[in-house]
Amino acid sequence: MRALLLDFTKCIGCGACVEACRTENRITAPPEFTVLQKVSAGGQDVNYRRMCMHCLEPTCESVCPVGALRKTAQGPVVYDASLCLGCRYCLQACPFNVPRYEWSSLNPRVRKCNFCAGRLGRGLPNACAEACPTGATLAGEREELLQIARERLAAEPGKYVPRIYGEREAGGTSVLVLSPIPFEQTGLPVNLSEDALPMLTFRVLRRIPHIATFGGALLTGLWWITNRRHEVSKEEAK
Amino acid sequence: MTTVRQYFWRLVALLIFAAGLWATVIRFTRGLGAATSLSDANPWGLWIGFDILCGVGLAAGGFTITAAVYILHLERFRPIARPAVLTAFLGYLLVVFALMYDLGRPYNIWRAIVFWNPRSVMFEVAWCVMLYTTVLALEFSPMLWERLGWTRLAAVLRRVSIPLVGLGVILSTLHQSSLGSLYLIVPTKLYPLWYSPLLPVFFFLSSIAAGMAIVIFESGLSARAFGKALEFDILQRLARGMSVVLALYLLLRAQDLLWRGAWTSLVAPRPETWLFWLEIALFAVPMALCFSPRTRSNPRAVFGCSILTVAGFLANRLNVSVTGLEASSGVHYFPSWMEISVTLAIVALGLVLFRLAVRHLAVWSPPAPCAH
Repeated sequence: MRALLLDFTKCIGCGACVEACRTENRITAPPEFTVLQKVSAGGQDVNYRRMCMHCLEPTCESVCPVGALRKTAQGPVVYDASLCLGCRYCLQACPFNVPRYEWSSLNPRVRKCNFCAGRLGRGLPNACAEACPTGATLAGEREELLQIARERLAAEPGKYVPRIYGEREAGGTSVLVLSPIPFEQTGLPVNLSEDALPMLTFRVLRRIPHIATFGGALLTGLWWITNRRHEVSKEEAK
Repeated sequence: MTTVRQYFWRLVALLIFAAGLWATVIRFTRGLGAATSLSDANPWGLWIGFDILCGVGLAAGGFTITAAVYILHLERFRPIARPAVLTAFLGYLLVVFALMYDLGRPYNIWRAIVFWNPRSVMFEVAWCVMLYTTVLALEFSPMLWERLGWTRLAAVLRRVSIPLVGLGVILSTLHQSSLGSLYLIVPTKLYPLWYSPLLPVFFFLSSIAAGMAIVIFESGLSARAFGKALEFDILQRLARGMSVVLALYLLLRAQDLLWRGAWTSLVAPRPETWLFWLEIALFAVPMALCFSPRTRSNPRAVFGCSILTVAGFLANRLNVSVTGLEASSGVHYFPSWMEISVTLAIVALGLVLFRLAVRHLAVWSPPAPCAH
């Protein structure tokens, strides 16, 4: 499965990734698929960017009533606007607060990074990774990138927060992040469990057939008993 | 005197509909962004929190009362079966109507029938709305057929009324609880006083209490407006039932707070704490009052308790869907005047339709006992 490794220690804030993303996805106005930001922490300026994390078990895919969001075998979580009802449950449910909405449109779409799914299909790397001059964004197979990340953490432990963000968060993501400063300062939530979220609702949803059949049997039984009692009391009244 | 009052209310209704119409034009010509205070950080607001969540919950009287009459043979409740079904049917129609405002692409709604994702709670919600609105239309329709003199059609529907009611009970159970399940997916976003794995159970139980409360409330209103009310002993029994359901609900919520260790949030100096206690008080006061036979023998007190229960229910739904999510969203949400006026117009529309139905259909006369 394809993945990206973002290493914020290597990011110089040049914006080449944002530019490449705009060109690739023909974005002329916000909302954009990736946002570059700068934060001053501990006397140093850190450049970081946010984008869709492309969860291994995407919450957005599980909540979409019509299946407009779906994870492909190659890794990208893609969105099909033609199916979308605009219920915005994906915006509400995303643990990383990624999806954006075209609020001023009369035909609004959910906007989020599609991991350059089209390019991947043609054997090309993600546009942002290709444009990055410093290797702060690296494209590859998820296992390979995890190995590289572990090596970087081992080689320069003082430089990084000792954690590969996305290895396990919310069941793991296809975008992995290394950061010199605590992850919450780069806008990534640190209160997520390692369990994928879709199970929280599916645990309840899979009971529906049982509720329906058990409920039907219970109601029939109750009706039969009370009906009989009703008939008996009518007979006795005569 | 009465005419002055009538003119006043007509004027109020006119203003509400005018504002609602203006807001409608803006919503459908300039989009959700221009009409609402919604944002990426707060994608659901008043239209979901009130129009949908509260609208569906307040329609719960329909399945509660029909189950009591048709399934449990509690014949004494038969006189309120029709008003309860009418309320539920109008409630669901208005919910669907409100949904057209909130959906970004309402013209795509039919796709929910064709494209399935059974892992989505929203998928369950969509199907429950569609199927139960159909069931309610069938349950309601005999009032219309009788009026039109189509007695044969009314008789056919009467014959299938029991399976229809049973289907309605199951669909309602699923639908009421699924609105709570919607929020199971946001464990890190919803404030701990409200997030619970038991949300579907809480939504279901509180909807039953609210459904009973709204039937009492309606009867009280009808007594004033049309001089038609239910026999008070029915309302007394309903108030007792409401009180029992509320007690069970509050007990379960207290137990849940203990289990999850969330009781520490009960005294945190935060706005959520106050809103939580307000909600609990609005449920607990009518629960306690209606346990006493003395309160139950006072029509004004029973009417007051029904208002408190409905208020507690509204507070709960808005807390779960709006206030409880505000802290984690990082933005402050307050509905725009357009969101508020559309909501007011929809409530007013409901009252007008109810009034029309009461005037022209045999709502307050009990349906004939069904042929078994």
